[in-house]
Amino acid sequence: MNFKHKYVFLLPGLIVLIGILIFPIIFTVRLSLSGWNSFNPGLDFIGLKNYIRLFTDDPRFWQSFFRLSFLAITTVFLQYIIGFALAHMVWKDIKFKRFFRVLFLIPMMTTPVIMTVIWRTFFHESLGPLNDFLSIFGVQPPWLSSPGLAKVSIIVVEVWQWTSFMFLLMLAGLLSLPKEPFLAAAVDGASPFKKFIYVTFPLMAPISIGAIIIRLIEASKIMDTVFVLTSGGPGTSTETSSFFIFIKGLREFQMGYAATASFTYLIIMIISLTIIVKVLTKVLMRE
Amino acid sequence: MKLKTLISALASVLLIGSQVAHADKWGDQFPHIAATGDIPGMCSYESMSQKDYSGRTLTINTHAIPVMGEPTALHAEQFEKLTGAKVEVTHTPAGDLYSKAMVPFQAGQAPYDIVFGFSNFINDWKRYLAPVPQEYVDQMDGVSASHKAIASWDGVMYQYPVDGDRHYLKYRKDVIDNPEMQAKYKADTGKELKVPTTWKEYGEMASYFNGWDWDGDGEPEYGSAEVMKKDDLMYAAFYSRSVAYAKNESTPGGFFFDLETMEPLINNPGFVEALTDWVDAVNYVPPGGINFGLGDEINSFGGGQTLFSFSWDDAFVAAMQPDSPIANQVGAAQLPGADKVWNRENGMWDAKYNQAPFFVWGWAVGVAGKSENKDVAFDYLCFFANGANHQADIGIGRFGVNPFMEEDFKADVWTQIGWDADIAQSYVETLADMEKSTNRVFPLRVPGTFEFNSALATGTAKALAGQLSPQEALDEVYAEWVSILDRVGADNVREAYAVGVKMEDNEL
Repeated sequence: MNFKHKYVFLLPGLIVLIGILIFPIIFTVRLSLSGWNSFNPGLDFIGLKNYIRLFTDDPRFWQSFFRLSFLAITTVFLQYIIGFALAHMVWKDIKFKRFFRVLFLIPMMTTPVIMTVIWRTFFHESLGPLNDFLSIFGVQPPWLSSPGLAKVSIIVVEVWQWTSFMFLLMLAGLLSLPKEPFLAAAVDGASPFKKFIYVTFPLMAPISIGAIIIRLIEASKIMDTVFVLTSGGPGTSTETSSFFIFIKGLREFQMGYAATASFTYLIIMIISLTIIVKVLTKVLMRE
Repeated sequence: MKLKTLISALASVLLIGSQVAHADKWGDQFPHIAATGDIPGMCSYESMSQKDYSGRTLTINTHAIPVMGEPTALHAEQFEKLTGAKVEVTHTPAGDLYSKAMVPFQAGQAPYDIVFGFSNFINDWKRYLAPVPQEYVDQMDGVSASHKAIASWDGVMYQYPVDGDRHYLKYRKDVIDNPEMQAKYKADTGKELKVPTTWKEYGEMASYFNGWDWDGDGEPEYGSAEVMKKDDLMYAAFYSRSVAYAKNESTPGGFFFDLETMEPLINNPGFVEALTDWVDAVNYVPPGGINFGLGDEINSFGGGQTLFSFSWDDAFVAAMQPDSPIANQVGAAQLPGADKVWNRENGMWDAKYNQAPFFVWGWAVGVAGKSENKDVAFDYLCFFANGANHQADIGIGRFGVNPFMEEDFKADVWTQIGWDADIAQSYVETLADMEKSTNRVFPLRVPGTFEFNSALATGTAKALAGQLSPQEALDEVYAEWVSILDRVGADNVREAYAVGVKMEDNEL
C-alpha cells in the first residue's frame, strides 16, 4: 500500500476533529481577544483586556469556580461511596439481584432537566410534598431559599441522578475481578471487612480512578440542575462557572468576555484534572 | 313622524342584523372570537380571507406557552386557515428570546421572519428590524399615543404594538374592604386598613396578614407575592419599588443616570431605601417566595395565596377569570408611593408624598430586516392585533396580552366579560391615571440594557439572600454600571438614554 494512502483514510476523521474540536477552540481564543457585545458585534482586537478584567476585577467568576469545585468534589465523592456500596451489594448473590441492578440504573436513564423540574416541585417550600410531609414534625426547611440548603438540594439531585453511572462502572469492574485473590483471602480466613480493604478495594483502584475522573469532568459542567433548580440563587449562592459563563454570554451578550471566561475555565480544568489524576493514582494505587 | 321613526328603527335593526350575521360567520368558524365576531378593519378575518399566501412559509420565534406563546400559536393557526400560508412557530423561554434573535441578527441571518421579545430590546434590535410600513401605522388609530412612542425610535416604528404593560398594585378587596378585618387591624395595630399608599404601609399590612388563615380556606395565607428570582425579571420589580423614593419630579434629567454626567444613580439613598424595604419583604412572602419568578407570582396571587402583589396585568386578569378562586375579590390601584423622595441636587430627602407610575412596557414583536416574507409577516402581526383578536386576548390572563388600545380603558369592555362594575372601574381608572401622570418612569432602552439589568438583578439578589447589605449591594451594582458605561461608551448610552429622559420629563 502506498504510504500516502493512510493519510487519505485518516482525512475524514481529521476533518471532523478540526471541525468540531480544533476550530471552536481557536475561535474561542480569538473571540476572547475581542470586545464582542450587543452594541459592538464583531471580532475587533482588544488584546488581553478581557483577561485582565477576569483576573483582577471579577471576584464573581472565582467565587463561582470555588463553589463549583465544592459541589463537584462533594457530589462525586458521595456518588462514589454510594455507587460502590450498591454495586458491591448486587455483586453478591442476593435475592432479586437482577431487579436491583435495573432499578439502580433508572435515574441515569431519565432526562436531567425533566427530573430537576420534578425535584424542584418536590422541594417547593409551600406546595411541595417534602415540606408537606415534614410539617407533620413541625419543620419546613427553606430548601431553595437558604444559601446553604440550596447547595444541599443541588447535591441531592446530582447524587440521585448520577450515582447510577458510578454504580454501573463499579459493578462492571467488580464483575471483571479475578477470583483467585478472593479464594486466597478466604483460605487465610480474612473477614469480609478485611477482604474488602485488602483485596477488593486495591483491585478496584484503576477502575475507581477512571470512574471518578469521568464523573468529575461531567460534574464540573453542572449547569442544567442549577439553571432549573435555583437559577444560581438565592443571590449568587449556587452560581457555578458554567452558569456564570452562560449569564455573561447568552444573557448579557458579552460574547468576548464569556469566551475569555470559557477558555480560562478550560485551562484551569485541564490543569486541575491532571493534578487530581496524579494524586488519585498515588493514593489509591500505592502498593 | 311616527312612520319616519319606524323606518329608521327598522333600518337600524336590519343594519345590526346584517352585522351580527357577518360576525356570526367568523365567530362560528373561530370560537376564540365568538363573543364579538369579526370586527371590520384592514386586518380583520374578512380582510385576511381575501389574501392568498399559499406556498409561503412564515417563521416565528415567540415565548413559551402560555404567556404570549399561546396567542401567537393560536393566531398562527387562524392565519393559516384564512390565507393558506404555512406558519412555523418556535417557543423559547423568556430569558433566551434576546439571544435567540440576536445571534443570527449579528451573523447577518434571518432564521425567523418574526421575533418576539421585550420592548426594551428596541435599542439593540432596531438596526436588524424592518420598520413597520406606514399603511399599518396609519390604521393604528386606537393604539394609545404612549404605546406608539414605545414601539418607535426617533419617530420610526420598529415594534408592532401587541401588548401594553405597566406595573401596578393588586390587592384582595375581600380583606382590605372588609369591615371586620378593618376593625381587627385597627384594634391590633392602631392603624387603618386601607389600600396602601406608601411602601411602608404596604409592608405593615403585608406583615400583619402573613402566615395565618385570613380567608378561612384552612390554609395559611401570606402578605405579598413578588418577582424575586434573579434570572426572572426581578430588576423590574425592584424598579417598581424604587420609583417612589428615587423619581423626584423636581429634579428632572434622569432616573437611572444623571444625563449630564452619566453618573449612575443606582446607589443613592432613594434606591437604598427601596432595597431596604424589599429585604424586609422577604419576611412576608410565601415560603420559597424569594425564588418566585413571574409565573409563580401570577399563580400565588391569582390562586389566593397572598394579600398583595404588584407586577403586570396578567396576575390581575388571571385572578378575575371565572375559574379563579378569588374572582371579583381583587382590586387594582397605583403602585404605593413614599412619604419622602430623594433629591439628588441638594443631596437631601424632600419630605413630601411621592408616587410615580412605572411603565414596564412589555411584549414587543418585530419583523427581521432580512426576512423575505415581510408582507406576510406584517399581515400576520396586523391580524394578531386586530380588534376581534385583541378583545378576546385581553380577557385571558395567561395570554399576557394587556391593554394598549384607547378602547381598553373603558369599563364596559371588562364588565362584558364578567367583572364587577366597581372592579372594572378601578382597573381602568388605575391604568388611565398612569397614562395621565407627569411623574412616570420608563425602563432603560440603552445599549447594554441587559448588562445593566443583569448587574442590578445580581446585586439585589445578593441583598435579598443576605449576602450583602442593601448599601453594599447597590454600591457593587454602581461599580458594575460604571464598568459597563466604560465598555459600551458613556456617550453611546447617553444618546439613547436622552430619549427616555425626555419621555420621563414630559418633553416628548
